[in-house]
Amino acid sequence: MNASQTTTRTRDVLGTSALRPDGIAKVTGEFSFSSDMRAENMLWGSTLRSPHPYARIKSIDTTQALLISGVHAVITSDDVPGKLTYGLISSDQPVFAKDVVRYMGEPIAAVAADHPETCRRALAAIVVEYEVMTPLVDAELAILPSTPPIHPDGNLIRHQRIVHGDSNATGDIIVEGNYTIGMQDQAFLGLEAAMAFPDAGAQGVELHIATQWLHEDRGQIAACLNLPEDNVRLVLGGVGGAFGAREDISLQVHCCLLALRTGRPIKMQYSREESFFGHVHRHPATIWMRHHANKSGKIVKIEARMVFDGGAYTSTSPAVLINGITHTQGPYQCDNAVVDGYAVRTNNPPCGAMRGFGVVQACFAHEGQMDKIAEACGISPVKVRLINAMHTGDKIITGQIMESVAPVERCIRETDAIPLPPTMPDLVNALELPGGSGLTAERKNIVRGIGWGVSMKNLMYSEGFDDYATARCTLSNGVASLKFATSEVGQGFVTLAPQIARSVLGVDQVVQEVSDTQIGSAGSTSASRQTWMSGGAVDGACRLVRERMFEHVGKVHNIDPIRLLIDGTDVVDSIGDFRISVADATDGVTFSETFEHHHRKTEDLDENGQGNCHVAFAFVAHRAVVDVDCELGLVKVVQIATAQDVGRVLNPLSALGQLEGGIAQGLGLAVMEEIVLENGKVKNPSFTDYLLPTALDAPVVVAVMIEEPEPQAPLGAKGIGEPPCISVTPAIVAAIRAATGKALLRVPVRPQDICL
Amino acid sequence: MTVTVATNLADALAALRATPEARLLQGGTDTMVEINFNHYKPEHIVALRKVEELRSYSIQEDKSQIFIGSGVPYQTLENDPFLTLLPALAQASRTVGSPQIRAAGSLGGNLGTCSPAGDGLPVLSALDAIIHLRSVDDGRDVLIHDFMTGVKRNSRKPDEIITGVTVPILNGFQGYSKVGVRNAMVISVASACFVVDKAKTQVRLALGAVGPTIIRCRDTEQWLSEQVDVAASDFSNKIAKEFGRRAALEARPIDDHRSTAEYRRHAISVLAERLLLKANS
Amino acid sequence: MSAENLVYTLNVNGTNREVKDSWVGESLLYVLRERLDLPGSKGACEQGECGSCTVLLDGDAVCSCLVMAATAVDSSITTVEGLISDTVMGETARTVSDVQAAFVTEGAVQCGFCTPGLIVAVHHLLDKNPSPNDIEVKEAISGNICRCTGYGRIFAAVNAVIESRGKNQQ
Repeated sequence: MNASQTTTRTRDVLGTSALRPDGIAKVTGEFSFSSDMRAENMLWGSTLRSPHPYARIKSIDTTQALLISGVHAVITSDDVPGKLTYGLISSDQPVFAKDVVRYMGEPIAAVAADHPETCRRALAAIVVEYEVMTPLVDAELAILPSTPPIHPDGNLIRHQRIVHGDSNATGDIIVEGNYTIGMQDQAFLGLEAAMAFPDAGAQGVELHIATQWLHEDRGQIAACLNLPEDNVRLVLGGVGGAFGAREDISLQVHCCLLALRTGRPIKMQYSREESFFGHVHRHPATIWMRHHANKSGKIVKIEARMVFDGGAYTSTSPAVLINGITHTQGPYQCDNAVVDGYAVRTNNPPCGAMRGFGVVQACFAHEGQMDKIAEACGISPVKVRLINAMHTGDKIITGQIMESVAPVERCIRETDAIPLPPTMPDLVNALELPGGSGLTAERKNIVRGIGWGVSMKNLMYSEGFDDYATARCTLSNGVASLKFATSEVGQGFVTLAPQIARSVLGVDQVVQEVSDTQIGSAGSTSASRQTWMSGGAVDGACRLVRERMFEHVGKVHNIDPIRLLIDGTDVVDSIGDFRISVADATDGVTFSETFEHHHRKTEDLDENGQGNCHVAFAFVAHRAVVDVDCELGLVKVVQIATAQDVGRVLNPLSALGQLEGGIAQGLGLAVMEEIVLENGKVKNPSFTDYLLPTALDAPVVVAVMIEEPEPQAPLGAKGIGEPPCISVTPAIVAAIRAATGKALLRVPVRPQDICL
Repeated sequence: MTVTVATNLADALAALRATPEARLLQGGTDTMVEINFNHYKPEHIVALRKVEELRSYSIQEDKSQIFIGSGVPYQTLENDPFLTLLPALAQASRTVGSPQIRAAGSLGGNLGTCSPAGDGLPVLSALDAIIHLRSVDDGRDVLIHDFMTGVKRNSRKPDEIITGVTVPILNGFQGYSKVGVRNAMVISVASACFVVDKAKTQVRLALGAVGPTIIRCRDTEQWLSEQVDVAASDFSNKIAKEFGRRAALEARPIDDHRSTAEYRRHAISVLAERLLLKANS
Repeated sequence: MSAENLVYTLNVNGTNREVKDSWVGESLLYVLRERLDLPGSKGACEQGECGSCTVLLDGDAVCSCLVMAATAVDSSITTVEGLISDTVMGETARTVSDVQAAFVTEGAVQCGFCTPGLIVAVHHLLDKNPSPNDIEVKEAISGNICRCTGYGRIFAAVNAVIESRGKNQQ
């Protein structure tokens, strides 16, 4: 084979830090987020929401609102032409509340008007008569059959038990704990927004929307609008982050209804306060765990009881619960387990998907437990995890064999090998101390602690769900064009997809077509699945196109296609001298192929929680170093060291960004982020009091990517989005425990938990 | 609806006299939040951004006191001459919001809004600041303690503008501390300003965010003066601990979604103790 | 000014632009985005807690959501759309600022919502302080929230600009 002059040039293929194709648009402010959309003749839409967590609606009077000049429509439940409810798993959530509201913020009506201020006045003019009821806010009460149901489907959303191995096994060492995880919010910056364009005659609608899954949205919307799915066309708007909060319907149906009612384009966008009420949150949970181990620290049996508070409507609670309980043992060998898991309905805000999806909660508990075992056995946190580390071929407590590459020991060892940060100098800038410019502490008030967290996370959807992805590749005149419905939410699939095409096809120029419902589903941007699934679809489509190109070249130049390869940007004969550029090879011809990538089938769990319900797994270790002002309970996270099992690094820069970003979110849950509830009422729906980590809170992150290619994965790469935010939280809390000696069984850790 | 962008103080005062119900707008960091959240519907606005008189400051020739215009932004107060002459004010200014907020916010805003969590207010209280108020035809000076009357309440009359504050330049330690859960951009959970006035052999301790308004710990100040020669600034650990304990007793914190009364009280005891020990060096 | 619908002129990115039919309570962010066709500045909180709306007002970096637009007259306003562009990048040979280019090349952009506000804040920082240390950089951008990146690549981008501007000085 001759060396091609093109191989000396760096091409943006797989494995390189190719730059974001939308990067320039984003840095100049030209990138159009869904909130940047505008249209001729458009009206603004706005939503009326319940101030009460639980109340009967006695009456809704919209007459005064309709009289306001500039108001074009006021709609309620009576105006929903199709299905009155929607939901990802169970259609139990009303488009508009009619007789009862079940959470603070539940939508009751929507208006369309000429200006956002007119909308506000219209909403204020709608008169709703409530009969306030006492909300159900205690998840334990919600489990009891004697508690009156707050919904016709009952208060118990799902119960699942896991019994694995010998439930009577015991160990010499027994440690237990009751762990509490508070309600975290995804808090993406790009607030909810959409633009709906009605078709003439109201027979259809086109919705431009920032979402995680176009096709799932479309199905739910079409049912509510009583329109055929083909007449409901969704186009992906620019998405400003998601993290799970855009999996559920928020303003989609309302926006379409207003558009169909008024015959005009409708723009809806949420304020930050409304956003806190407008999307699901991470499930708060209480988890009891009891670990039995032998004297050397090896796990013998795990018992657990997990209660996830799903809030008012089902959303994805059944799946979150399963993720939580099937990850009870964490990335460790465990032959015996008894677990009871409950997802319940309360009048707290609805909960659903957030990065980590149930595993965050389980991990906080199991990592606390591992440290307890270590302490009871007199061994280090590292040693107890190495002793128990899972390997490929082990079973998890559902009986499923770990077929994925499982470099748990390597994750731990390579994290451990990362140098600790230098000890704090005597003269240190106040901004480096806990408390920062608040000048609350001096060097002598600070204690440093180190803590560990290791986790396992399933990838893709589970329990028999076929979350396939579709992509189309078209190749002509040396330019590849890709079409997929994959939601780009910031994670960088739009960067990866052309890298795949360049690697497979030998092109440099790759065009991306609009992401919409004019092609098959790509599944959700969640569950760390898009690189594997949509990447697999793009890869599959490109390979089919390459085959067609080789067939064509073979025919034209009389070479058996089986001999042809891509070398740089050329098609070459692997045996002979023949070489032609891809551009020349595709001059005047077009090849187009669509590919659906499916992962392997998974199973339901039986009544003992046994079954091969997950597709694949990824692993990660985190070590946290924190400085604590023990008297005031203030924390500064100094360093996070991590080694993550990524399979294969497809884009080093993108991958590092995912790790660093996930770590920041896990840090938030550890020490500052919580939706504060009081009898079902949200007390802090603003960035003043829902605190996100700032640049001054960011630790130094030292990351190692462990590349042991995953044979099951189409590109050898595992999903990497969720693992970084899962075990970093217990690592930080463990570090605070080490510094303070406090038990700290809840997250987020508050100052009073440390010092009082 | 009217918007008056005043270019001098006289015009601002005249506009205010003409429509006393007008909202005075300086940095906008409080008022615009109210408007954006639909808690306030503006009818008449008198904007003070361009009033140069309010953005000036002057040090008295004998260096005994300094006048700070009510519109001087916090980002200016973070630096000299304030850093040297009024270090506690510079420290407090640095903790206000974010750099963007500090470019717009000012003491006039803190005083106008009069929230007990206002970062500059404990400093003004500890320094016994004089608040200058002007109307079209009158002017008066009010002691800070008489100016702050309750939660978000002050004694400004509707046709008055806060033109500035005068604070003494003292000889002795000054320090400010503020507790927040995050390392930047936080509303204070508890704050304290401690000042040593060597000339008068007095100390002052003012607390923020732990009462309906700023609390001057007069009992604790008095107690300390009786224990030691405060001008010598040689406070023992034991004295500091007791100082903190007494200061906490003078606090009147509440439970809310940000924190608990118990924690706030505890935080005050630690802040007061540490500030006192800082005065040693 | 007095009218049910305000009329005033704002100087944005060097150009005088008339604002008509506006309501007194409109913030500068709203007017830029909805009336002056400058949607580059973003709104994520409406209360000055996220920095996405950062613009330069008479040389200061402020949150435009907290500026009453009608009071920003006789002032010089610079948005992300008005920054100096002297660096060529991309397949289309677009000119951007060195800060903007560094954000792209260093991977500091994911969803991009916080990006315009950050770009303005970084420009402001480096114009006032050409060689800030790590702490000074962090404090300067502590009012700009990013939910996607964890700030690591943002720091890398700022440091890349500091280094390249330093080299250009020599």
